[in-house]
Amino acid sequence: MAVLSRGFRRARPERDDGRLPPGQYDAGDDFPVLSAGPTPHTALERWDLSIDDATGGLARWSWEEFRALPHERITVDIHCVTTWSKFDTRWEGVALDTLLEHVEADSPYVLASCDGGYTTNVPLEDLVDGRAWVVDTYDGEPLAPEHGGPARLLVPHLYFWKSAKWLRRLSLLEQDEPGFWETFGYHNYGDPWREQRYSDD
Amino acid sequence: MTDTADVSDVVAARRLDGNEAAGVLAELFAVDLTEARSRCASCGSTAMLGAHHLYADTPALVLRCPSCTGVVLRFAAQRGRLLLDLRGAQLLVIPVADDGDDPAASAQ
Amino acid sequence: MARAAIQRRLIWRTAEVLENRAETPRVHRLVLDVPDWPGHLPGQHVVARLTAEDGYTAQRSYSLASPPDVPQLHLAVERLDGGEVSPYLTDELRRGDQLELRGPIGGYFVWSAAADRADGEQRPVQLVAGGSGVAPFLAMVDHHQRQGSPTALRLLYSTRTAADVIGRDVLGEETTVALTREHPPGWPGVTGRIDRDVLAHYAFPPAERPRVFVCGSTPFVEFVAATLIDLGHDPSAIRLERYGNSEELK
Repeated sequence: MAVLSRGFRRARPERDDGRLPPGQYDAGDDFPVLSAGPTPHTALERWDLSIDDATGGLARWSWEEFRALPHERITVDIHCVTTWSKFDTRWEGVALDTLLEHVEADSPYVLASCDGGYTTNVPLEDLVDGRAWVVDTYDGEPLAPEHGGPARLLVPHLYFWKSAKWLRRLSLLEQDEPGFWETFGYHNYGDPWREQRYSDD
Repeated sequence: MTDTADVSDVVAARRLDGNEAAGVLAELFAVDLTEARSRCASCGSTAMLGAHHLYADTPALVLRCPSCTGVVLRFAAQRGRLLLDLRGAQLLVIPVADDGDDPAASAQ
Repeated sequence: MARAAIQRRLIWRTAEVLENRAETPRVHRLVLDVPDWPGHLPGQHVVARLTAEDGYTAQRSYSLASPPDVPQLHLAVERLDGGEVSPYLTDELRRGDQLELRGPIGGYFVWSAAADRADGEQRPVQLVAGGSGVAPFLAMVDHHQRQGSPTALRLLYSTRTAADVIGRDVLGEETTVALTREHPPGWPGVTGRIDRDVLAHYAFPPAERPRVFVCGSTPFVEFVAATLIDLGHDPSAIRLERYGNSEELK
């Protein structure tokens, strides 16, 4: 039995063009920074991005090599499990399709591993066919460290915790391996349109 | 609030301390944990939970060791359930009053 | 010194607003009546919860600015531009309104006269506040005065301008105010930030082994703590409370 606060209302604007998933609000110009740990700072000379599987390393790019890969411009809506959504966000990055081009990728699961220890798991089919990128530019500027720079994963059709910041490695796995939030009561897949926030959803 | 420094690291500026977690942890624990000493399972150092580093604006509370930044505790209040992951705390030692006297009464 | 607290399970209690007054251009003093309040220690805080008619709720933490020696609870709320909760508390809330409080919370960042009496050592207490971080120290200073505590206590309090000083009714000779945005002629305190020289000059020296409490924004707290340690203070004698922004604690 709650005590009502006279005159108090939510400050968050609603949206009704069908682009807001259930339970979300429009963050407008805000881009909240949510972090479970200190911001890693990896010097670009030491940064690399690698893809591996049980047999070992399959591909690796230094920063220069990654920057030289064909980049696309992407404009997407993003949805965070903490209920904010942000519309028409503009990124630039390399499609997973491009990164996987010369890699024999037939394992069904992927685990993303990041500087600072964060991990998250995504089925391979959710990363290919134009559904995911590794991005290094946001709103025309180099991706800021607090938003995951130098490079992060971008998987806009899933809750934003799957778009792992400070990405360093993608491991192709035969068995699904739940990541940082997935082992702590969050949904293993995370579809915002089916409101899959928690593991019991 | 006085801004005494340029904040170049937004995440560091938003980091709180374990003291702030006390209210949320009170959903589950009957004792105030901020003076509990925790031995970090990653590095073995010991500190009061009130001095740990709290990252409070993610989907869950994450408390990290002030020495090695390893995760010590994760706590979340979701719909209809509370979750607690204490794997990062090898040992928690919580001081309690011997005689159960009310600290507020003795402060009068 | 560390007196533990077996706390009762924290429940939501109804608080009635007795008074909402503008103390400075940015900060309002809320005076609340909570009939079943169990008492608290200076330095502790509460979580305030607001519920809208549609069931939407928001929670924020606030330090108790009043000592346990008075029956009403005081909060010092700074209006944060664009905030969801603070403008409601400062601009909308009026006498007779209700909100919910949970607390008192936090046994780590407390000082009480009784604990000092129980502890043999008689160490001085050094408080360092940045902006609205002074709130828990108002409770400590007020309590110190009402108890007639013999403990030596000093407060170093940094704020923008003289008009932004909170707690003028309580703060006295123990307090040195540092103004960062103003240089009034003849100002008895410090003009400029609390820097290494200010800390070295105004704080109890390390040789006196003070208990130190620092409260304010994270950059402020970390700078002061690092500087005090650099000046020779024992890190284990320094307790910090960082004030975050208005994102709610889930």
